[in-house]
Amino acid sequence: MIVVAVTVTVLLAIAGALVLVRIIRGPSILDRAVATDVLLAIVVAAIAMEAAYSRDATALPVLVVLAILGFVGSVSIARFATRKGDQ
Amino acid sequence: MSLDAVLDTVAAGCLVAGAMLCLAAGVALLRFPDLLFRLHAAAKPQVLGLLLVLLGCALRLRNGVDITTLVLIGLFQLASAPVAAHMVGRTAYPHRDIGRDLLITDELAPDWERINANRGVPSPPAQASQGPG
Amino acid sequence: MTQPGPARPNPPLTRRDRRRNRIMAMTALTTVWVLLWGTLSWANVISGVLVATVLLAVFPLPPVTFAGRFRPLPAARFLLRFNWDLVVASIHIAWLALRPRHTPRGAIIAVPLRVNTDLNLTLVGEALSLVPGSLILEADRATGTLYVHVIGVRTIEEVERFRRGVYELEARIVNAIGSPDEVRRLTDSYPAGPPQPVDQERVPT
Repeated sequence: MIVVAVTVTVLLAIAGALVLVRIIRGPSILDRAVATDVLLAIVVAAIAMEAAYSRDATALPVLVVLAILGFVGSVSIARFATRKGDQ
Repeated sequence: MSLDAVLDTVAAGCLVAGAMLCLAAGVALLRFPDLLFRLHAAAKPQVLGLLLVLLGCALRLRNGVDITTLVLIGLFQLASAPVAAHMVGRTAYPHRDIGRDLLITDELAPDWERINANRGVPSPPAQASQGPG
Repeated sequence: MTQPGPARPNPPLTRRDRRRNRIMAMTALTTVWVLLWGTLSWANVISGVLVATVLLAVFPLPPVTFAGRFRPLPAARFLLRFNWDLVVASIHIAWLALRPRHTPRGAIIAVPLRVNTDLNLTLVGEALSLVPGSLILEADRATGTLYVHVIGVRTIEEVERFRRGVYELEARIVNAIGSPDEVRRLTDSYPAGPPQPVDQERVPT
């Protein structure tokens, strides 16, 4: 299991770094919103991985909150961008 | 090989596959040319990746209370991810930062004005029959 | 209700429909509450029903017309096929991302669904959006049309194949939960190629 944990950690770390580059570079605010959503998905995967590795369910309620948080964040950014748009 | 070992192996496979989907999404976010394409990339770890990781987690924990929580996380994510993607995509469409040369056809453009004009109108008559109460 | 042609998209709800909708919403919310607590006990169920009642009183749900009935076998077929699509599409998009020296192309296509109800529009849209590679940009309730952005298509033939795929997905969903009348409407031939410009007169606004 330790091999699996290390593999997953490395994969997720690289993925997180790539997503961060997109958040920094992203030309529009919507690009950043999408990238932040993906970053959140990676964080969820990392926390679930930790729970699976240590067989410890303490962190699972955090995942419930995160799953809802990403939705609320994306939707509010999209609404905000609409208001500012040239319609 | 005992049942525990088999379950652990399957769980490990699910976890690694989920992590690889996350990595592919990270690469896709960097390489895809415009926002709509990046939205497709985002859907990958949010749906299949997350389901795989949650399945791996459930196979490791093997405990009723924890599995209900994991099911709930999956349900929330599956219900909310399309809505968020739709909101972002709809906001992005009329803006000019979509590379139109990458599109083979655009069948939304002719209808865009009509749909948005309809949206300004109050609810259609079919809804009005709901009435008070 | 049974007349052919463009039926009214969302017929008014009867009192019985509304009560059934409320009971279904209540059951779903209570289930979520019990799952959240993790254990099935009377205290959890009763407090869940209370919370659901308050929620539905404060935030009433929009009316949903559910005229059909649930068929387990087609529903299972839909679920299996959905999972298969999910895996195939995820691998496809991952390959598009990793493939060297390749810029993917996309298309925005309009698919006028054959069964124009809010429920069908929502379910087809959700199922399409969940599968990576297709994304709902806009949904037009008046004509029951979904505007889908699809990735990884290169030719107009592939666009048409994707459009056929959407219609097959719609057929699977309607077969699982639609009313007999809606299932009959599935045999209508669907338009290949882009839909004709909508005639303003025919749109029920």
